[in-house]
Amino acid sequence: MADDLFKLNIDGRDIEVPKSYTLMQACEEAGAEIPRFCYHERLSIAGNCRMCLVQWKGAPKPIASCAQTVGEMRMNPDGTPPNILTKGDYVEKARNGVMEFLLINHPLDCPICDQGGECDLQDQAMAYGRSGSRYDLNKRAVENKNMGPLVKTIMTRCIQCTRCVRFAAEVAGVEEIGMISRGEDAEITTYLEESLTSELSGNVIDLCPVGALTSKPYAYNARPWELRKTESIDVMDALGSAIRIDAKGDAVMRIMPVINEEVNEEWLSDKSRFIWDGLGRQRLDKPYIRENGKLRPASWGEALSATAELLKGDASRMGIIAGNLVEVEQAKAALDLARSLGIQSTDCRPAGAKYGLDGVRERYILNPTLMGVEEADALLLIGVNPRVEAAVWNARIRKAWLWNDLKVGVVGEPVDLTYDYEHLGIGADSLAGLFSRDSVFMEAFRNAKRPMVVVGEQALLGDAGLDVLNAAHDLALEASAISEDWTGFGVLHNAAGRVGALDVGFVPGEGGADTAEMLSGGVDTLVLLGADELDLSGLGSTKTIYVGHHGDAGASKADIILPCAAYSELDATYVNTEGRVQMTTQAVQPKGEAKDGWAIFRALSDVLGKTLSYDSDAELRQVLREQNEVFAGLGFAPGASGHAALKEAPAKPQGLVKARPFEAPFADFYLTNPIARASKTMAECSLMKRGLETPVAAE
Amino acid sequence: MALRRFDIEAGGDSFAFKPETEPTIAFWLGKYPEDKKRSAVIPLLWLAQKDNAGWLSEPAMREVADRLEMPYIRVYEVATFYTMFRLQPVGKHHIQLCGTTPCMLRGANDLKKVCEKKIGKKMAVTDDGRLSWEEVECLGACVNAPMVQINDYYYEDLTPESFEEILGKLSNGVDVAPGTFVDRINSAPEGGVTSLKDDACYDGSRNSIARIPNLPEATKSEEPPAEAAGKPDRPAPTNVDREEPTKQEVKADSKVVEQDNAEKAGSAEVPEIEGDRPEAASVTAGEEDNLKRIKGIGPKNEDQLNELGIYKFAQIAAWSDENVKWVEGYLAFRGRISREDWIGQAKALAAGEDTEFSRRVDAGDVESSQEEGGN
Repeated sequence: MADDLFKLNIDGRDIEVPKSYTLMQACEEAGAEIPRFCYHERLSIAGNCRMCLVQWKGAPKPIASCAQTVGEMRMNPDGTPPNILTKGDYVEKARNGVMEFLLINHPLDCPICDQGGECDLQDQAMAYGRSGSRYDLNKRAVENKNMGPLVKTIMTRCIQCTRCVRFAAEVAGVEEIGMISRGEDAEITTYLEESLTSELSGNVIDLCPVGALTSKPYAYNARPWELRKTESIDVMDALGSAIRIDAKGDAVMRIMPVINEEVNEEWLSDKSRFIWDGLGRQRLDKPYIRENGKLRPASWGEALSATAELLKGDASRMGIIAGNLVEVEQAKAALDLARSLGIQSTDCRPAGAKYGLDGVRERYILNPTLMGVEEADALLLIGVNPRVEAAVWNARIRKAWLWNDLKVGVVGEPVDLTYDYEHLGIGADSLAGLFSRDSVFMEAFRNAKRPMVVVGEQALLGDAGLDVLNAAHDLALEASAISEDWTGFGVLHNAAGRVGALDVGFVPGEGGADTAEMLSGGVDTLVLLGADELDLSGLGSTKTIYVGHHGDAGASKADIILPCAAYSELDATYVNTEGRVQMTTQAVQPKGEAKDGWAIFRALSDVLGKTLSYDSDAELRQVLREQNEVFAGLGFAPGASGHAALKEAPAKPQGLVKARPFEAPFADFYLTNPIARASKTMAECSLMKRGLETPVAAE
Repeated sequence: MALRRFDIEAGGDSFAFKPETEPTIAFWLGKYPEDKKRSAVIPLLWLAQKDNAGWLSEPAMREVADRLEMPYIRVYEVATFYTMFRLQPVGKHHIQLCGTTPCMLRGANDLKKVCEKKIGKKMAVTDDGRLSWEEVECLGACVNAPMVQINDYYYEDLTPESFEEILGKLSNGVDVAPGTFVDRINSAPEGGVTSLKDDACYDGSRNSIARIPNLPEATKSEEPPAEAAGKPDRPAPTNVDREEPTKQEVKADSKVVEQDNAEKAGSAEVPEIEGDRPEAASVTAGEEDNLKRIKGIGPKNEDQLNELGIYKFAQIAAWSDENVKWVEGYLAFRGRISREDWIGQAKALAAGEDTEFSRRVDAGDVESSQEEGGN
């Protein structure tokens, strides 16, 4: 015990901290506040800004506390613990000096700087800066650099902390940002000002302690103090990253990550961060009814009775498909209404993945949890590209690969995942006999204490889908990955609404058709809950009712459009890929006459005379909790608690050999859902990704 | 140092190392383990610069990055950090002009003006592509200030005139040998050596065994300690090819000195030394005794004694105590003459007898007494 701990006296207070701590951590442990620019908990230590200087009594110079490991410190000559002062004239003077140098070349443009009001340099200059400059010479000016459509650069403001360089190299895994030249001429840039290709590039904006890297889409839009900040949950992927939606009036101005160690640490993917302009475009703000081939605005009453009319026919010829962004409440209300009308054709798997039918929750969630990858020692990815399907989690896999020596094997497309892996095959056929295959990764996998098998949605599509799921489950059992302490088998989803919809049972009922059957003419009336990623060409004369918030593929085909609120506009439940139940918070009002999704079905049920039992979303959630206990706990991932359900060996896969290769999950990472397709920023990113970007000179 | 950027246009689209560079690349790569081969980035960039007419183009940098499997930005950082990697085209003869304090004090600013006049702005290349220049920090040849480096060689002790002449020759396609451009050898004093002329400085004869009071007397060494033996090697100047009249003058002078040896012997200025100076004698060539047959006298001591006009055993045999004292002072050999009994040996040799040592010398067994010997 005492061996790992080190005694210090900080500001006259004795404290004992682990030897591995930095002096900065120790000082914070002691309650002192240490200013810093270059130091960041999740990045390597650079020690170049010198702002964190403290006094070590007896040392000849001030100490950069971020770079001093406590265990390497020396006792006082009399054997007492080292005395550290984080305040006082000495420290004050040292930091004043550092601050003066930082500000020598820093422009005084805070009034027009987007970082103004939330700027580390501004805040710390208030504490340590002089009121005026003693520097009479010309200030340095630096050319702005192009870093792509997301990151705006004003490089004269840069203080060379190199946080962005370290983030790109260490966390994002794309070595694209660097510091060129030297001394006074040092500049941060990408190679020849090419755009950043990382899906996490927006995080450098948060990391930048000054206004050098700011958000391009947000530029000059708002000031931090005039924004209404609402903590919520992201729905761009199935991770359910914690976000903060900053809104002004009725418009979302920006989206920032919030720290949630178990899900997104403090990162956010570019899609989640920059989607917000899509929330203001292409919105469905009133109901529409198609007449003579043209959609015309209608009142709610009109639209609801028209819908009710369509739903009065033969229930076996009706169907509902839930899309990727559907919240639990809407799915629940739609499902309850469907069942009360006798509609059995309900499906929440628009792509046609073969999970959820057996009702075993553990067979469609990510049991090992997102954080679990840091404990795993071998990770087998089957038909999943976490870099685009769960970009933030990919950074965590990379972290585990980098620091924990995690071994990774991939069955699927051989893409650049930012870490090394062994490619074991491109399709389901490679899964047959995989466990005993002679390969470096499989050797590690067999010997792993905590092996982890993750199947992607792509692997589960088509006829062989269930076989792949069973084969993967089998692999986990063979590797003894299912136990009380560790459940190393799971599915990584890429749609925020999927697990929630599966949890409420939004799958075909008895004799019901699934998505593919519905789309190939199996129904006469089809309700689409924000389901746009579908091939609607086979519908023929089928009447479609589109419930959603964006005018996308589904709406353009629809006969009736019922507008509902998007994720930023309502309090809604989402279940992430781990089975973690989380809630969004309403940040802005729904657009126009749009209503909450569940309320539309509640109203519809009234018109149809099959009134649903709940009158508010709170009551609905009460029903949810009563019917399914998973909804009882918020923010909690079941993890290994469901291991018992996975103990039983699945049916032997039959059709593996004939199966087709796994395909890429999306054609375009930036355009995966209606909100993204409405976003100009995402369109620019997509152009850039496809190499169609016109090189823009730095401003 | 100004902002440094790749000259993308001049760099073209491609770069390939010359085939003859490949073994050198293999040598550098061989120094590091395969997974640490990025350690070779600086040598490889340097080779790429050499193979690309003295500057590093963007394709050349990419070639290095590809070979080392490094991200381009990481190589870019290195290439821009070190100013010896030049990112824009340079002339066939690229001049690096040292402008640091010693050179500046010795007139580097005047050389700069020459550059500006003959070549143009810094890093500009003349129209014929022959010359370009830049100012660099100290090149470590302050003793020959002011100086420039042209491609790989130093041109030292320049004046605006001599520098202009060099530039003129280079721009006319005439090669100029490197080295100093005043009357000196390397960094030796101008006009020849002014001090430490005495050969005794180099033959080890001035090495005396330090005596520490109250210590038992050190065992007398028969011969000077080995490490003291030998005059420091004076390798031939590396720039021997240089056409430089001054060097010949120096040589001519030294011949004169040799010829006038005897004449000068009597009048050679010697410092004031205790004791009496032994009388000089003049002998005709061929009549001198081989003084090296006396134990304790090597070729250098012999030369020194010759300079004093001492050529015969008989002269030494006749030295008084005061003479001995003086010679010891002159040779800085306190106590050695009596210790080694030069007078006794000389008496015997003068009488035509042999000593044990002289027999060995005659047999050629004593290396230090050979004509080419180092003592």
